[in-house]
Amino acid sequence: MGSFDFDVIARSLGYLFREGMVFTLTLTALAAVGGIVFGTLLAMMRLSSFKWLSLAATGYVNLMRSIPLLLVIFWFYFLVPYIGAWLTGAARPIHVGAFASSVITFTMFEAAYYSEIMRAGIQSIPRGQVWAGYALGLNYWQTMGTVVLPQAFRNMIPILLTQTIILFQDTSLVYVLSITDFLGAASKVAQRDSRLVEMYLFAALVYFIVSFGLSLLVKRLQQKIAIVR
Amino acid sequence: MKYNWNWGILWQTSIDGQNTWIMMLIHGLGWTLFAALCAGVIALLLGSVIGVVRTTDHKWLVRLGNAYVELFRNIPLLVQLFLWFFVIPELLPKAFGSAIKQMPPPWGSFVPAVIGLGLFTAARVAEQVRAGIQSLPRGQRMAGTALGLTQAQTYRHVLLPMAFRIIMPPLTSETMNLIKNTSVALTIGLVELTAAARSMQEFTFQVFEAFTAATVIYIIVNLVVVNLLRWLEKSVAVPGFIGPAAVGGGGH
Repeated sequence: MGSFDFDVIARSLGYLFREGMVFTLTLTALAAVGGIVFGTLLAMMRLSSFKWLSLAATGYVNLMRSIPLLLVIFWFYFLVPYIGAWLTGAARPIHVGAFASSVITFTMFEAAYYSEIMRAGIQSIPRGQVWAGYALGLNYWQTMGTVVLPQAFRNMIPILLTQTIILFQDTSLVYVLSITDFLGAASKVAQRDSRLVEMYLFAALVYFIVSFGLSLLVKRLQQKIAIVR
Repeated sequence: MKYNWNWGILWQTSIDGQNTWIMMLIHGLGWTLFAALCAGVIALLLGSVIGVVRTTDHKWLVRLGNAYVELFRNIPLLVQLFLWFFVIPELLPKAFGSAIKQMPPPWGSFVPAVIGLGLFTAARVAEQVRAGIQSLPRGQRMAGTALGLTQAQTYRHVLLPMAFRIIMPPLTSETMNLIKNTSVALTIGLVELTAAARSMQEFTFQVFEAFTAATVIYIIVNLVVVNLLRWLEKSVAVPGFIGPAAVGGGGH
């Protein structure tokens, strides 16, 4: 421990945060928004009375939930170029950047988890409200959009945020694609300067502070909401 | 857009010159399950102790337990594995540290992976055990005390038998999470199922066959484990009680 070198951390702070942390946070934010939107659609599909729609959504969610995120990352890393080629009609797999690839991966993967949360949220709304919506002459989308989803979403905010903290931690796995996210940046400095102990301990500390701080905020929010209701 | 499918690749000899690729994947599955089993034992034992401690009225023990859970929950698993693999051997006394680093493969990455996965999962088990105990009516603890049981006896004979039955469903999904999480150990060099699929992809360029095979294996494992634990849950159920769905919470 005597040779603990704080200087290597100080020297690389700019790189770690301006490159790494910005990537991590951008990826987290985009995947959270995309995942919640897509997850809500999946939840609506699952609860739909069209059987094949609900089966497709159930199958997707169960598939995503039974394989490790790392395998999903590898899947999409190779699959997205082919899908892109198929969509654009190109003859060869198109080039997809590491950032776009990871945003798509995390959106698709987290959507499965968000959809389970949103499904619970939608199911927590009394059925009578849906019937009331229909009785007022609203169609499905209007009932969902103005009656059910706003409440479902509000009830689930703490759990959605908790899942987003997990997403924030999970983004560190893009390390396997040699992407410079926060951990990737720390790891690159660690290898260059042979300062693994300092850099990995510092990375752990930063992840801990961010996740723990956010989880305290979620807890406080939860108490606030609990009083309102 | 063209992709040349070649499922026959699975039965061709792999890079090691002896086994087929499918055997290599199954070999990887073996390491996945073995690592998950070892880590699971650590997680169940340690997690139960920490979970129990958090429901006692020893203030500083509760705090210590809470601190453990927060610490291990708020650092990404990947970073935790790096700490066990790269950092801890450096911080230990020199002889001990280098003995760890010189462990022959695959133990050099297996041992840190199991420790890391075990301690990480223990925090999650502890949370479930605590929730399970706290979901019991207060009267049960009081009844135990009224019968003249010591605190340890109350836990052993009254609280824990019910609590563990109640938390079977969330423990089932934790088991699945643990099996999936062992894939993170590929970053420190453990050739488990995902890593085996990855190396098959790298050497054969048959990307989608490799990943499909691994995906199918994971799904089968998932089905087997879930059904096994559900059967266990049913066979230990106390007649007349329906375990309330214990805490959910996110996570993979």
